Amino acid sequence: MMETIRRISGVNPRKCMKCGKCTASCPAYDEMEFHPHQFVDMVETGRIEELMQSKGIYTCLSCFACVERCPRSVEPAKLIEAVRLAVLRQQNENHLTANDIAEKLDPELPQQAITSAFRKYRK
Amino acid sequence: MTYSYFPGCTLRTKGKELDQWGRAAAEVLGFALEEPENWQCCGAVYPMAKDEIATRLSSVRVLADAKAQGRELVTLCSACHHVIKRVNGDMQRDADICDKVNRYLKLDTPYAGETNVLHYLEVLRDRIGFDALKEKVVHPLTGVKIGAYYGCLLLRPGKEMGFDNPENPRILEDFIRAIGAEPVIYARRNECCGGYCTLENKSYATKQVDKIMDNAKAQGAQMLITACPLCMYNLKENATNGLDVKYFTELLAQALGVKEEAK
Repeated sequence: MMETIRRISGVNPRKCMKCGKCTASCPAYDEMEFHPHQFVDMVETGRIEELMQSKGIYTCLSCFACVERCPRSVEPAKLIEAVRLAVLRQQNENHLTANDIAEKLDPELPQQAITSAFRKYRK
Repeated sequence: MTYSYFPGCTLRTKGKELDQWGRAAAEVLGFALEEPENWQCCGAVYPMAKDEIATRLSSVRVLADAKAQGRELVTLCSACHHVIKRVNGDMQRDADICDKVNRYLKLDTPYAGETNVLHYLEVLRDRIGFDALKEKVVHPLTGVKIGAYYGCLLLRPGKEMGFDNPENPRILEDFIRAIGAEPVIYARRNECCGGYCTLENKSYATKQVDKIMDNAKAQGAQMLITACPLCMYNLKENATNGLDVKYFTELLAQALGVKEEAK
């Protein structure tokens, strides 16, 4: 599984020097049980199952603050995306389906929000 | 000068103003925006996974079309710009992605990232020039204190977007000066608005935009401007007690005298 995550993300978590800048920059900090620096460490040590069960893979905003500020170019957001994909690519593991959309619609919601959520939350 | 222009899904629907005033201003400034015949939605988020090919195809189609026309490709929506610019970078730098995409698309001529991708603001800065823009302003927005809201997608990752300094940008502030208004610098202008997460949890987005709004208000901003329909939505609909928010193109059109409403 570790290999799969490394292959999908193209990221080498062993480059991380544990400075915590990603986590300090993360606007989703309070919405994740494993913060970005922990996430990188858990990929490195093979705790992928726990990450796959975590809600943080759906609350990452993909704002790229961690990618921008990482002094080692580890790019934590790419690991989060890879773990989420490892979940979604299994059968019947979509986080969002078309049937869920109707109740979430709000008249002002831009199409872009729905498209983004579909791309992030289902396969 | 004629550019290929990719409006994207939202500029046809909820983000019409961003498109409409951008086009009106382009006419005054002397450049043409020509839409390719069959563009498709860019997908709204950049596929970070190395092995995602299908989600990159619509961007490459429009990039290859612009190349065939011999034109640069202009976008207005921050998200479209982000996706298309980064996919173009993949086509230039990632041989594996480039090879697979070309096998899928079977274009007459293979595409390898030749098209130059510009955001509308880059056209204003680098092609027209903010000084030249200033000379065309007939209704300067004198005395209005405007906070530029950049968000994430125009700026980051800085190395790939090459748009401006990702931590201390100035392009929107320079734009604000060019239309005669006063830019207000505030720290959270490049922090995330909550993005697509609003769909599942509006209060999560509220938490993000309230911090942004509080910061902008504390620095004296009277209103914010943005280039992104999703930022616009979050800032307008999810803020607890927010400032007015407008697309930068609307103020541009107003300053150029092609939008004759009161300030």
